[in-house]
Amino acid sequence: MLIKKPEDIQSSEITDKKLYLSRRDFMSSTTRSLGALAVGITAPGLIFGSKEAEAVTATKFNGLRKSALSTSEALTPYKDVTTYNNFYEFGTDKYSPAQLAGTLNPRPWTITVEGEVKHKKTYDIDALLKLAPLEERIYRLRCVEGWSMVIPWVGFSLSELIKQVQPNGNAKFVEFISLNDPKQMPGQRSSVLDWPYVEGLRLDEAMNPLTILAVGLYGEVLPNQNGAPVRLVAPWKYGFKNAKSIVKIRFTSTPSVSSWMRANSNEYGFFANVNPNVDHPRWSQAKERRIGEFSKRETLMFNGYAEQVAHLYKGMDLRKFY
Amino acid sequence: MKYFTQLKAALFLASLIPFFRLSWYGYSDQLGANPIEFITRSLGTWTLVFLLITLSITPLRKLSGWSWLIKLRRMAGLFAFFYALLHFITYFWLDQFFDLASIYKDVIKRPFITVGFTAFVLLIPLAATSTNAMMKRLGGERWQLLHKLVYLIAIFAVLHYWWLVKKDITQPLIYASVLTILLGYRIVVMRFNK
Repeated sequence: MLIKKPEDIQSSEITDKKLYLSRRDFMSSTTRSLGALAVGITAPGLIFGSKEAEAVTATKFNGLRKSALSTSEALTPYKDVTTYNNFYEFGTDKYSPAQLAGTLNPRPWTITVEGEVKHKKTYDIDALLKLAPLEERIYRLRCVEGWSMVIPWVGFSLSELIKQVQPNGNAKFVEFISLNDPKQMPGQRSSVLDWPYVEGLRLDEAMNPLTILAVGLYGEVLPNQNGAPVRLVAPWKYGFKNAKSIVKIRFTSTPSVSSWMRANSNEYGFFANVNPNVDHPRWSQAKERRIGEFSKRETLMFNGYAEQVAHLYKGMDLRKFY
Repeated sequence: MKYFTQLKAALFLASLIPFFRLSWYGYSDQLGANPIEFITRSLGTWTLVFLLITLSITPLRKLSGWSWLIKLRRMAGLFAFFYALLHFITYFWLDQFFDLASIYKDVIKRPFITVGFTAFVLLIPLAATSTNAMMKRLGGERWQLLHKLVYLIAIFAVLHYWWLVKKDITQPLIYASVLTILLGYRIVVMRFNK
């Protein structure tokens, strides 16, 4: 088994982040201005505007708010968080997203909100970043495969966005749709999952203060392999619920069939709440290995967030609704 | 064959490369974010590879006419056992840390572990009877019959990998295809000889 390791690359060979982001920005603004010229609608202010360039080159977030919902557990090292990823859009191997996600272009980017809402809307990513004050949320992440991390996300409560678009009376569920573009996401050339990646939450789950739209981690802009430019984080659920590189948020009256449910409905349910008492058919969920630790630890109900979310599932048979 | 001893020695060392590679990775902190998973996967992969090498020796010998190939079969088989043993120890020690209750549950409840564990257990008598003395004690025919277990072991080993994978079966499919060819060859030969 040959797995190329990112540490084989010397740091001197890696393009400085600021440089490549500005280079990317230059290329995209150049192509866009050429495209705009071609169709005859030049809007220089829009294309060469300093605001956008600022947003793209500023990779570090400043003045992040702390959150009472953060855990004080030891953080998983940045290197592990950004090299060990399940992101099938960039291959099924956990080390390939970090190697292949360079083709993803998180700018320009829009997120369309549609379905059962009063204000259907398309947000530019930079507008979305200003939708609410950004917070640092240090959450546990538990993968269905039996490993876990502690990640300092940057983002804001999804409820802030939901309040803005105002779901109507029919809205009971929220669906998150990831980018579908095999040119940017080489893993999509394989039909390992039905693309685009789809995930869903019940509206009350989406409104829970724990649920965030993450736009960064470790105080920086979200690396591509972690789901740039915006992803979902619902920390009491298995990691696969957290749709990455979201382009569409849809409010519906019926629960969506997620990509993993479609792939294997016996193994992946709609709720996918972390639950040590309900095993995945092929592996136990009673324990987990925290990345960076040797011994396994007990998995906690709702990944340790029972206090915040247990009430959402009162009276439900969690064996049936797994 | 003139340089058989040298060839065998070279192959012996080559077969240890995966082991030394893992040791080096461990020493130089290159096993990634989840070292135990990396080690387990790697050792499992090499077990499969050596099982398939072992099974390919007879067809290769018959097709090429190189009768000396048979003298490499035992070594290949024992390397399959060597990597299987390390794979099992990794699971037993590093992954489960001797948690017998949890291992028991795994073996009983998880089909992929059930077949993997069975394959490993079945390999033990084959390794134990691999010496010339044991061959003599058992007698050629009984020894041959016992060692036909390797077909079942290889099937279980591929199933073990297949059932482990969440969705992307590309890799298991490669091993399954090679195994199908190797076993298919034997079925064809058996029919032909009847």
